[in-house]
Amino acid sequence: MNFKNRDIISIKDFSKEEIEYILEYAKRMIPYANGEKHTTLLKQHILATLFFEPSTRTRLSFESAMHRLGGNVIGFADPSGTSQKKGESLADTIRMADSYSDAIVIRHPQEGAARLAAEFSEVPILNAGDGAGQHPTQCLLDLFTILTEKKKIKGNKVVLLGDLKYGRTVHSLAYALSLFKADLTFVSPETLKMPKEVINECKEFGVEPVSTSNLEKAIKEADVLYVTRIQKERFPDAEEYNRVVGSYKVDNTLLQQAKQDLIVMHPLPRVVEIDPEVDKTNHALYFKQAFNGLPVRMALLSLILGGKKQ
Amino acid sequence: MKELKVTPIKDGTVIDHITPGHALKVLHVLKIPETTSSVVSILMNVNGKKGKKDIVKIENRELDPKELDKIALIAPKATINIIREYDVVKKHIVELPNEVVGLTKCSNPTCISNAREPVESRFHVVSRDPLRIKCYYCEREPEDIAEGII
Repeated sequence: MNFKNRDIISIKDFSKEEIEYILEYAKRMIPYANGEKHTTLLKQHILATLFFEPSTRTRLSFESAMHRLGGNVIGFADPSGTSQKKGESLADTIRMADSYSDAIVIRHPQEGAARLAAEFSEVPILNAGDGAGQHPTQCLLDLFTILTEKKKIKGNKVVLLGDLKYGRTVHSLAYALSLFKADLTFVSPETLKMPKEVINECKEFGVEPVSTSNLEKAIKEADVLYVTRIQKERFPDAEEYNRVVGSYKVDNTLLQQAKQDLIVMHPLPRVVEIDPEVDKTNHALYFKQAFNGLPVRMALLSLILGGKKQ
Repeated sequence: MKELKVTPIKDGTVIDHITPGHALKVLHVLKIPETTSSVVSILMNVNGKKGKKDIVKIENRELDPKELDKIALIAPKATINIIREYDVVKKHIVELPNEVVGLTKCSNPTCISNAREPVESRFHVVSRDPLRIKCYYCEREPEDIAEGII
């Protein structure tokens, strides 16, 4: 399987076998990710991180991944000091970064930005989130978390909770979980339901997702509860946001009804949707999930920059 | 009893087998009436051999290939007859390519293809019947394809 110089734009660009390969590769990266072992696999390589939109985990974990692999990082975390503010097109910014680096990580507020970047770049593009579009490395680390905790993805009962309309992570994840034949239940406020085209994609893989607003019922059988934040920045108007914010909350009272080995995941940042009291329970997996971004991104960088197997 | 019907045209284009109810959308994409002062006839819900259809007749204008592609987006079963001296001199059955480039804008206002970037809009044809297209950039499917035609 050859990933050298491959763009990572959308999870849909990858077959099930390719995803499995990346996840297996990521497992082998764990001792390097947590600092137990050291490597200079990507020595002399430069990664450009272009963040046109704020990010904490994604940017830090990409940069950490590159440093852990012995490579170097250039880039910006805020476009205010760049030529973009002077009116430069994304295409031109990419042409410039392309000539300075061996791979480019991009986060951008507009959907399709990473796909466009790939057209203007010789070096591989890694999409770190394009507006309400795709966030493939988040999807991979979510799959990795389920796989490492539950030993398999197939057959797990996964509840996706929250803003299923605007949340980019849940769209990619619903697709990928269907590819792996997990059982899906979608729980959301009425106005933030999973879009029809995402449900249709799940059905194409033979998965019949259940949509409900009854979290108490859904959680009883669940193996995985994936919670998302209601993202204010994705709402077209503040009124719609105010109507739904705080409409659900995961706390210990709710979790009393869940299976002992239910894992609670969240792409973070969380605001009010998971009570901090959950952090101390065995259900809470979201911080480990955030760590998992590191081995997964290390695996991707190694594979696309042509590093040798460990 | 006198019957009022649309007569054959001498020179121009007849677009036949338009999905019933879509004739006005065809005019919209051809920018009619803004781009012609000749006679344009519209027939809606005409009984044909394969059920109802719309027909548009445009006098003194022959459609170019790009216009044919645009019509394919809204009336995928249409046939286009070029008429000269009352005879059909060319007959096209519209055929949509697998990829539609530069014909229709993405309906997603925050799609990068709608920004000031040096790219044309680009869509993949997901399904032909019913017609569904998906933006290459943002992966969204426009609900009303005719609305975005450039």
